[in-house]
Amino acid sequence: MYSEKVMDHFSNPRNVGEIENASGVGTVGNAKCGDIMRMYLDIDEDGVIKDCKFKTFGCGAAVATSSMATELVRGKTVQEALQVTNKAVMEALDGLPPVKVHCSLLAEEAIHAALWDYAEKNHIVIDGLEKPKSDIHEEEEDEEY
Amino acid sequence: MDRIIYLDNAATTKTAPEVVEAMLPFFSEKYGNPSSVYGIAGDSKKAVTDARETIAKSLGAQTNEIYFTAGGSEADNWALIAAAEAYGEKGKHIITSAIEHHAVLNTCEYLEKRGYEVTYVGVDEHGALKLNELRRAIRPDTILISVMFANNEIGTLQPVKQIGEIAKEHGILFHTDAVQAYGQLPISVDEYHIDMLSASGHKLNGPKGIGFLYIRKGVKIRSFVHGGQQERGRRAGTENVAGIVGLGKAVERAYRIMKEKTEKEIQLRDYLIRRIMQEISYTRLNGDARNRLPNNANFSFQFIEGESLLIMLDMKGICASSGSACTSGSLDPSHVLLAIGLPHEIAHGSLRLTLSDETTKEDIDFTVDVIKETVAKLRNMSPLYEDFIKSTR
Repeated sequence: MYSEKVMDHFSNPRNVGEIENASGVGTVGNAKCGDIMRMYLDIDEDGVIKDCKFKTFGCGAAVATSSMATELVRGKTVQEALQVTNKAVMEALDGLPPVKVHCSLLAEEAIHAALWDYAEKNHIVIDGLEKPKSDIHEEEEDEEY
Repeated sequence: MDRIIYLDNAATTKTAPEVVEAMLPFFSEKYGNPSSVYGIAGDSKKAVTDARETIAKSLGAQTNEIYFTAGGSEADNWALIAAAEAYGEKGKHIITSAIEHHAVLNTCEYLEKRGYEVTYVGVDEHGALKLNELRRAIRPDTILISVMFANNEIGTLQPVKQIGEIAKEHGILFHTDAVQAYGQLPISVDEYHIDMLSASGHKLNGPKGIGFLYIRKGVKIRSFVHGGQQERGRRAGTENVAGIVGLGKAVERAYRIMKEKTEKEIQLRDYLIRRIMQEISYTRLNGDARNRLPNNANFSFQFIEGESLLIMLDMKGICASSGSACTSGSLDPSHVLLAIGLPHEIAHGSLRLTLSDETTKEDIDFTVDVIKETVAKLRNMSPLYEDFIKSTR
């Protein structure tokens, strides 16, 4: 059911872990629905993401999208990282089964949450960044039903 | 992966070689239609009769009380829908449990949309039906009680004898979905006051696509499939002769090896439970420690999600299942795990292992070692575990 890339990122996830004193940390999802993602960002003075780590509670797709998202934002500027959409994560993984698309939304949301935390800590405004929703599923349910 | 350790025998089982062997002639040599008059048709007819006798005998029933179906789900649908129709004038109330298989639950939902009322009786924390709640649910218009013999996820055996007695006392029909229990445990329809019983071939090393419904003589139940006179006109259609032969053989085999198989499985199951509970912290055993199917073990590992665990076990050649939402395609975890009172996040981290008579101690040791390693790996990745560890510092 999963692509080879998803399986690769699930069985050998990149960048698992924590960053102490991270520039920004974002946690999204909820345990009730079975997936939680936490992203840690280390951002330097020029606004470049030097390091990115994650922890995820969730299915294979949730782990793989987290792993891929960290790879995609590493080395990018804050503005560039904002362009890493759920679509970009899915494409980089050669697609996800339809029931797992929400995992990629969660990954996008986790990056935004970490960036939001970074902006708040540094009292800056990141153009185009909206306050992230903590629970992606509520929105999804509204759309579906 | 060369070696496969198959621990999902509640999902389906390997068709036993003797079963396959018994079935084969009915495809290419004895292919006659049991309703025809010539010689090879007679062979088919006799084979169907023999299988029916084997099954009837196993339950302490009469041969004309066994009706072949295309499996357990069909038997459940038939029992509920046809009984609801036949007894609809007496009343429109049905009682079932909160932990039934979807073949029963979704049929109840179908009936609810057609004017029937259904009461879903709860279970205790071990998954056993609350008998007091059952008694209170009974009304003058209750026509049917349907409670499974043993739960397919957590293996808990239901107090079937007491349920049967309560039903009999109130003159209510009693149906039991025995898909998981039949062939694993001895069942007497008279002793348990069972009026209808569903079973399936592929759960007891028989073929898929064949099952039966036991209907006690005297129960007014209508035809499910309309057509020819097969199955006494109640379930028309040319018999699945090879399937029926396979089912008959599987039942004969299951009863022949039952005692030895049960003893062996209980010993291995308890060894598995002991090792998991002792060696992996923050783990709970779901279901009743003793009063459960001989081959069933079900655990919840805190802080991790079941689908991830299943995929990692699969990479090591271990086949298992989970009650996680991600394995069902919905956002909610298993209704059974929620019914026994588990919070969502713990229900998401469940793992069901179901043994067979071929499972060895070596398989169990290998499996436990892999589970230990995998749970540790997933916890290391889990923000819930991170928060938990920080909170205990």
